[in-house]
Amino acid sequence: MKFERKDLLGLRDLTKEEIEHILYTAAPMKDVIKRDIKKVPTLRGKAMVTVFYEPSTRTRTSFEIAGKYLSADTVNLTVSTSSVKKGESLKDTIKTIEVMGFDAMVVRHSMSGTPHYIARNTNMRVINAGDGANEHPTQALLDMFSILEHKGTLQGLKVAIVGDILHSRVARSNIYGLSKFGCEIRVVGPSTLMPPELEKLGVKTYYHLDEALDGVDVINVLRIQRERQHTGLFPSLDEYASLYMITPERIRNAQDDVLILHPGPMNRGVEISSEIADSTRAVINEQVTNGVAVRMALLFLMMGGSRDEITN
Amino acid sequence: MKLLIRGGKVVDPANGINDGRDVAIIDGKLAGLNGISDLSDFQVIDATGKIVCPGFIDMHVHLREPGFEYKEDIVTGTRAAAAGGITTVCCMPNTEPVIDNAAVASFVVDRARKAGLVNVLPIGAITKKQEGNELSEIGELVSAGCVAVSDDGKPVMKADIMRNALDYTKMFGLPVLSHCEDLALAADGQMHEGYYSTIYGLKGIPTAAEEVMAARDIILARLTGGHVHICHISTRGSVELIRQAKKDGIKVTCEATPHHLTLTDELVGSYDADTKVNPPLRSTEHVEALLEGLNDGTIDCIVTDHAPHHLESKDCEYNLAAFGISGLETSVAVCMNLVNQGKLSLEKMVSLYTTGPANVLGIDKGTLTPGMAADVTIIDPEKVKIVDPAEFYSRGKNSAFKGMKLKGWPVTTIVAGNVVTENGRIVTP
Repeated sequence: MKFERKDLLGLRDLTKEEIEHILYTAAPMKDVIKRDIKKVPTLRGKAMVTVFYEPSTRTRTSFEIAGKYLSADTVNLTVSTSSVKKGESLKDTIKTIEVMGFDAMVVRHSMSGTPHYIARNTNMRVINAGDGANEHPTQALLDMFSILEHKGTLQGLKVAIVGDILHSRVARSNIYGLSKFGCEIRVVGPSTLMPPELEKLGVKTYYHLDEALDGVDVINVLRIQRERQHTGLFPSLDEYASLYMITPERIRNAQDDVLILHPGPMNRGVEISSEIADSTRAVINEQVTNGVAVRMALLFLMMGGSRDEITN
Repeated sequence: MKLLIRGGKVVDPANGINDGRDVAIIDGKLAGLNGISDLSDFQVIDATGKIVCPGFIDMHVHLREPGFEYKEDIVTGTRAAAAGGITTVCCMPNTEPVIDNAAVASFVVDRARKAGLVNVLPIGAITKKQEGNELSEIGELVSAGCVAVSDDGKPVMKADIMRNALDYTKMFGLPVLSHCEDLALAADGQMHEGYYSTIYGLKGIPTAAEEVMAARDIILARLTGGHVHICHISTRGSVELIRQAKKDGIKVTCEATPHHLTLTDELVGSYDADTKVNPPLRSTEHVEALLEGLNDGTIDCIVTDHAPHHLESKDCEYNLAAFGISGLETSVAVCMNLVNQGKLSLEKMVSLYTTGPANVLGIDKGTLTPGMAADVTIIDPEKVKIVDPAEFYSRGKNSAFKGMKLKGWPVTTIVAGNVVTENGRIVTP
């Protein structure tokens, strides 16, 4: 089976089979990362560029090293959105990058839909590394991969997503991805940080943490943006912490083997307590490793060959 | 110069006419057929199978001149209007400089008289520089030919200024055209707030951003006795507020655009900025409410809010793109499709482009009454065409209708007895 899409813009449009295909390809990739010689030649002669219009260290580094483990040539471009506004149009930037010969472009942008715009305007393969409040597909894929590793299945799991759902691309991609596998998805956070008509996506909305965490198998804790407390959407980080911080006390009614995810970087003492972050239930560091594996799988499928090549 | 439009179906709501008959034009004016015995010296336009209407009026258009001629000017904008079957446009004052004084208004009137292909009636600003702080010289604007005042593009946020505007314009019988948008509620919004803003991850503009201001302006119209005209209404709540206000006898009128009457927020999922407009494309329930409002008389007229933009301000990131749709050349065809779908009667549609806006503005247009200036719009109800912005006369190619196949197009536009388009294309230089 080949991955037939030119671009990966989000999980909303992917089928369950396509997602499974990526996740199953990630497993052998993870083995590569654990080897002493962490290099396979599959993408030798291919070139990818990461273009980040928004600060990020882990996602950008993850894509870069994923490409390098597969022997692709990788180049990173960090651009501040403000300088872009004054200068060159995005269309011209894309064209400039394209004519240097890159096969794939990994893009992060603060404005939703920008990867879609780029994809329409280039022959390069475009991978969305996070766009505004829309999607962050590779984050959701690595979250799903981590859950799969620990639970053995995604089917029928109860998953709570906690925090600022309104502004979260991680939440949206997780909702799209997990809902294709029959998970019961609960979102919980302040009512001012809930987007309208979310329940049409088949999720249950909660405002009270204890209700939402009752019996859950997985808790995905979203990072709260510190700047948001000045936008009038919630009164203070202290109040947020008292209502929504994940602590040993708050998870007592979750399943005993509840798995705790966080996309990082964490605000300890705000959305997650150190006791939880450092506990064995949390797999936050493992998620980072899995992120590399999932991105290797994706780069391989999009720029290289079929999964059989790597598994056989 | 004598012209005879022969064999068409005449729809003239002001005179209660909706049947097959001929229309005569003599020296730029409509003439009664009674008493004309010899038609041999008339130039004949064969309107067989066509619909002959009073010239259509679009009272909400951005011609961009002076100041933004790279987006549009009076020549290109009035050519677009003519091609779209519109014989009279009212142009909004958000130009540079703003039409907030008689000199700029006179400039527009003069330019339009010399270079415009259709009638151009300027709208003056409510406040100086459209800053919302001090009233413009509204009396002088009226003397220079303005038919209404508006700060369109910007709401008048200060309630006391809007109160004074409604009070002051009463003296001139002038409507205040209000762009209803609470800026704080709408801040940074890109599209309608609802299901699709949730799944597209774009910041939403709640319906309340429009409705709280519409409610405020209705209350101020009641207080002052002034005439408020609510621009480009897009929500069920606005329709309901205005419907009730009309029942209560408040002097309120309103308008709706073809795009708000036919398109929904789902379209934004392409992240193609040609779908970005303010107020935003709303969800189906709001579109349905607008159609109800058209049919029950709550909505007085159809306008385009023609907002031409330069390519670069649309071909970019969705958040950075300008708001607005270039609508003059698709307006009538889009509404003919509402007629085709049975959502609007032909007579009603024609009235929304003719008597409707004429009554809002209190101007002597929108009828085929003999003696009136001979402005006529002829529609071919059978003509089918795919919307191709590359064919637009407007400099603004930003159409949310591009690629759509529409049936029923304006084919001939006559302005003051001059035939300016044939088969939808401009014939005079």
